[in-house]
Amino acid sequence: MRRRDFIYLTGLGASAMMLPDLKAFGNPIDPSALLDGIDVKVKKELADAALTVAKAKGATYADIRIGRYLNQFVVTRENKVLNVANTESFGVGIRVLANGCWGFAASNVVTKEGIAKTAERAVAVAKANAKIGGAPVELAPQKGYGEVSWKTPMEKNAFEVPIKEKVDLLLSANAIAMQGGANFVNSNLFMVNEQKYFASTDGSYIDQDVHRIYPAFNVTKIDSSAGSFETRQSLSSPSGMGYDYLTPLDSEKVTGITTRYKKRYDMLEDIKFATQQVKDKITAKSVDPGKYDLVLDPSHLWLTIHESVGHPTELDRVLGYEANFAGTSFLTLDKWKSGKFNFGSPQVNIVADKTQVGSLGAVGYDDEGVKCKKWDLIKDGILVNYQAIRDQAHIIGLKESQGCCYADNWNSVQFQRMPNVSLQPGKTPLSVDDMIKNVEKGVYIIGNGSFSIDQQRYNFQFGGQLFYEIKEGKIAGMLNDVAYQANTQEFWNSCAKVCDEKDYRLGGAFNDGKGQPQQISAVSHGSSTALFKGVNVINTKRKIG
Amino acid sequence: MPILNKEEAQALLKKVLAYSKAEECEVSLNGSEGGNIRYALNAVSTAGDISTLGLAVTSVFGKKAGTATIDEFDDAALERVVRRSEELAQLAPPNPEYMPMLGPQTFAEAITYNANTAAMTPDSRAEMVAKSLSVTKEAKLTAAGFLENSTGFSAVMNSKGLFAYDKGTDVTFSVTTRNEAGTASGYAARGFTDVNKLDTFSATKVAAGKATSSVGAKAIEPGKYTVILEPVAATYMLENMFRFDARSAEEGRSFLSKKGGGTRLGEQLMDEKVTIYSDPFNPELPSSTWGGDGLPREKTTWIEKGVVKNLSYSRYWADKKGVKPQPGPSNIIMEGGTATIEDMIKSTEKGILVSRLWYIRMVDPQTLLLTGLTRDGLFYIENGQIKFPIKNFRFNESPVIMLNNVESLGKPERSISVESYRSYLIPPMKIKEFTFSSLSDAV
Repeated sequence: MRRRDFIYLTGLGASAMMLPDLKAFGNPIDPSALLDGIDVKVKKELADAALTVAKAKGATYADIRIGRYLNQFVVTRENKVLNVANTESFGVGIRVLANGCWGFAASNVVTKEGIAKTAERAVAVAKANAKIGGAPVELAPQKGYGEVSWKTPMEKNAFEVPIKEKVDLLLSANAIAMQGGANFVNSNLFMVNEQKYFASTDGSYIDQDVHRIYPAFNVTKIDSSAGSFETRQSLSSPSGMGYDYLTPLDSEKVTGITTRYKKRYDMLEDIKFATQQVKDKITAKSVDPGKYDLVLDPSHLWLTIHESVGHPTELDRVLGYEANFAGTSFLTLDKWKSGKFNFGSPQVNIVADKTQVGSLGAVGYDDEGVKCKKWDLIKDGILVNYQAIRDQAHIIGLKESQGCCYADNWNSVQFQRMPNVSLQPGKTPLSVDDMIKNVEKGVYIIGNGSFSIDQQRYNFQFGGQLFYEIKEGKIAGMLNDVAYQANTQEFWNSCAKVCDEKDYRLGGAFNDGKGQPQQISAVSHGSSTALFKGVNVINTKRKIG
Repeated sequence: MPILNKEEAQALLKKVLAYSKAEECEVSLNGSEGGNIRYALNAVSTAGDISTLGLAVTSVFGKKAGTATIDEFDDAALERVVRRSEELAQLAPPNPEYMPMLGPQTFAEAITYNANTAAMTPDSRAEMVAKSLSVTKEAKLTAAGFLENSTGFSAVMNSKGLFAYDKGTDVTFSVTTRNEAGTASGYAARGFTDVNKLDTFSATKVAAGKATSSVGAKAIEPGKYTVILEPVAATYMLENMFRFDARSAEEGRSFLSKKGGGTRLGEQLMDEKVTIYSDPFNPELPSSTWGGDGLPREKTTWIEKGVVKNLSYSRYWADKKGVKPQPGPSNIIMEGGTATIEDMIKSTEKGILVSRLWYIRMVDPQTLLLTGLTRDGLFYIENGQIKFPIKNFRFNESPVIMLNNVESLGKPERSISVESYRSYLIPPMKIKEFTFSSLSDAV
C-alpha cells in the first residue's frame, strides 16, 4: 500500500487535503448529473469505432475501456468541515497488440475522431516498441461474452446520500472524541464509483458499475509535559459496498476488549472506544523486546496477509516484471513446481477470490474481459498457485486467465493486480477467548499500523493500533511501542491456530501501489484471529534532540 | 491542444471568469502530454502515450466554497461548469478556515521548461531504452526499467485579479539489473528537466557495476555501523523529514514540537554541517514559482547549520498566529561538503556502503523513527577499503538522529526517489551509529 497516498487521501496527515492537490485523482464535479451513466449504445458505437481503426492499422488484438471515475471526499477535523469534493475523470484507454508487442494510448477526447486518433497512437507505440525485440506476447484465449453487465450489490448508493448526512455523521463522531478528552480528531469519508465499459476484438461488451466506501478517523492525545503524543485510528475497513456499510447492526459486531466490525461499521461507537484507548496509550507500559506468541486480530492480520502472501504470489513479480520497482518474489517457479514448498503450517489455507460479496476486489469481469473466479493459493500450508492474467497464463500451464487484471483509471494501462487474498478460518470451533487462555507470554494486536517488507517478501516489520500483554492465559494490560519482525516462511509456519468462521472478517487497502507509472488498487483480505508462536518483538521508542 | 501557452491560457480563463456570479471565483487549467516505456526481462512490457486537459472552477459565497471541473471546452460547457461550482458552494457548510482569495501577485518566470524534453517521441524513448538494454545484454544481466517524460502547464486566475502560469518538462529513468541466478542486483535512477542530460547507457553501466560486484554477498551481524549513504539512499531516508509545518508543530504532534508546548524554531536540532533549503531557481532542480495558495515561492532556508530556521505557515494559520504566510518547500536542496565517496571509504575503519534503501515507513511520527531495508548493492568496508558485498539489512533509524551523527558530506546530486517520484539535490553522506536491526534474504 502506498502509505503517503493513504495519509494524503484520508486527510489523516497533519494538514488537510485541499482541492488543488487532487488533480491526480480526477476532476471535482457536481455528481448529480453523473449517476445515470452513459448510454450503453453510445459506448458500444464508440468502442466499435476504436476496435475497427486499431485492426485497420495492424493490431492483431485490441481492447478499449471507456471509463468514468467518480470520487467523493468529505474531510473534517474537530468541529470543522475542511473539504467536500466531488471529482470526476472521464476518458478512454486503448490497448493493442501489434507486431507481437503491447501498445497503449489514452485520451479525454471521447468522440469518434478522438478515439480513432488514440487507437492510431496505441498502434504506433506498439510498433515502435516491437523494434526493440523480445519474446512476442502470448495471449490466453478468451471467448467473447457479448453484451453483459455487472453492478456492486448494495442497498444504498453512497453518492445518492445527501452531503449533510455525511457531514453530520463525521462531526458527531468528532464531538464524541473532543468531549471525551481528545486534543485533535480528523475524520473523513471517501467514496468511489467506477463506471467502466470494456470492449475487445474477442467480442465482449462489458458494462460495470463498481462502488467502494471508506470511512476513517484518527484521534490524537497530546502529553505536552512529556512532549509526546499518541494516536488511535479507526477499526473500520474499506469495503466494496454502498452507504449501508455505515448503518450499524449488532449482529455484525464482535465484542471483546474493544468492539470490532464485520459488514457494518459503527463509527460513533468505535470513536468512543478510541478516545479512551488513546489516553490509555499515553500511560501504557513500553514493551520489553523479545520472543512472544502473537494473537493477531483480523483488523491487523489483513495487512500482514496482503504484504507477505498477496504480493509474493503475484506471477508478474515472480517472473521479474516488477523487478525495477516493487521487486520480485521469493516464491520462485521451482518452489511451486515441486508441489511441496512448505509456505506455512498445515493450518494455513489461503484463497484468491474476486467474487466475494462486500470485498474491495469483487467485480463481475476484470479489465481485460475475463469473468472473475476463486482459487487456492496455499493449500494445507503448501504453495499451489499464483495470480495470473491473459499474457501470463501459459507460463503456469493454465488454459485461461485467472481474471485479475485491473487499471486504476482510463488513462492507465491494465496489468496483473492482486485479487482478494484471504486466510480461511479454522475448521475446529475456537473462540478468541479460548485461544488466549492457552498463551503463556504473548501480545494481542488489534488494528494495523506501520508496515514494511523487502522486495522479495522475506523480511517484514509490522506495528498496530492496540497492543495488549498476555500473561499466563490472561490479558494483563496495554502495551506500547510494539512492532514485530519476522521472515515470511518462518512466520506462516509458526501459525499454530486459526479461530473458526464466527470470527471471520475482512480488512483491506484502498490504495495498494504497484507498477510504473504507479497505479493504485483496492483489495480486501479476510481472516479469523490467528495465533503465531515465538515471534520477535522489538521496542520502537526513541528520543530525539 | 493539451499544452496552452500563457496568452492562450489567460484568454480561456478570462472567458470562464466572465460567467461567474459568485462573490469570489477561481479558475484553474492544467494540461499535460507525455509517454512512458516499461521494460523487464530485457524486453518492453508496457508503454503508453497519454494526454489530458482539465479545467477547475471554485466559487465562493461567504465561507462556503464549491468546486467543479470539466474536460470539454465549448461555451456551453464552460458556463455549465461555473454554474455547477456555484450550486455546490451553496450546498457546502461554511469552512471557518476559509481564507479570502488573494489579489494580483508578482510571479517570476519559472525555468522548468525544456524544449528537448517536450520533443520526445515513442521512437526516441524506444532508442533510449535500446541503449540501456545494450549494456545489460553485453554484461549478461537482466534489465527491468522505466522511462517516462512529460510536458505540462498550470494556470490560475481569480476574480480578484490574480493570474499565474507555469510550464514544465520532466524526464525520469530508472533501471534494475539482476544476474541470471538471482543472487545479485544493481540499480540506477536519473531525473532531469532537459532530456539531453540523460544518458541511459552510462546510468545502466552504473547499475550493472553494482550487480556484478554484489555476487557472493555474505551475511554479517546486524547492529550499529558507520554508513556511507549514496545520494539516492540518503534521499529516501531524508524525504520523510521535509515537512516543516508550523501548525502540527504548535499543536504538539510533530518532531518539531517542543516539550511543554511551542515549536523548536531557532533550536539546534542537527549537526552544524546540515543546511537545507528550497529554491525554485536552482538550475539543477527548478520548481514552480507559485504555490496552490497563490503565493509566490522564494528561496527559503529550513535548516541552517543544524538550526531550525523557518517553518511553513498556511495563510489560515499565519493569520491566526499573526505571522507572514510561508509556503512549504517546492523543492529540497541540502548543502554538501567536499568529500568524495572514495574519500569517505578511505577514512572508514569499519563500515558499510549503502547504494539504495527501500520500503520506508514511519514507525513513530514523534521521533520520525523509520523502518525500511537496504537494496541493490550493500558493501562491507574495512581499513579504508571495500572488502566484500553483504546481505541486505532492515534498519530502524530516525533521520533526525542520523543528521546528528554526520561525519562528512559530499557534492549534492539530483536524485529521484521512486517511493514518492520526487527529485532532490542531496549529497552523499557518512553517518556514524546507523541502526540495522535484522538481516534480510532478499536480493
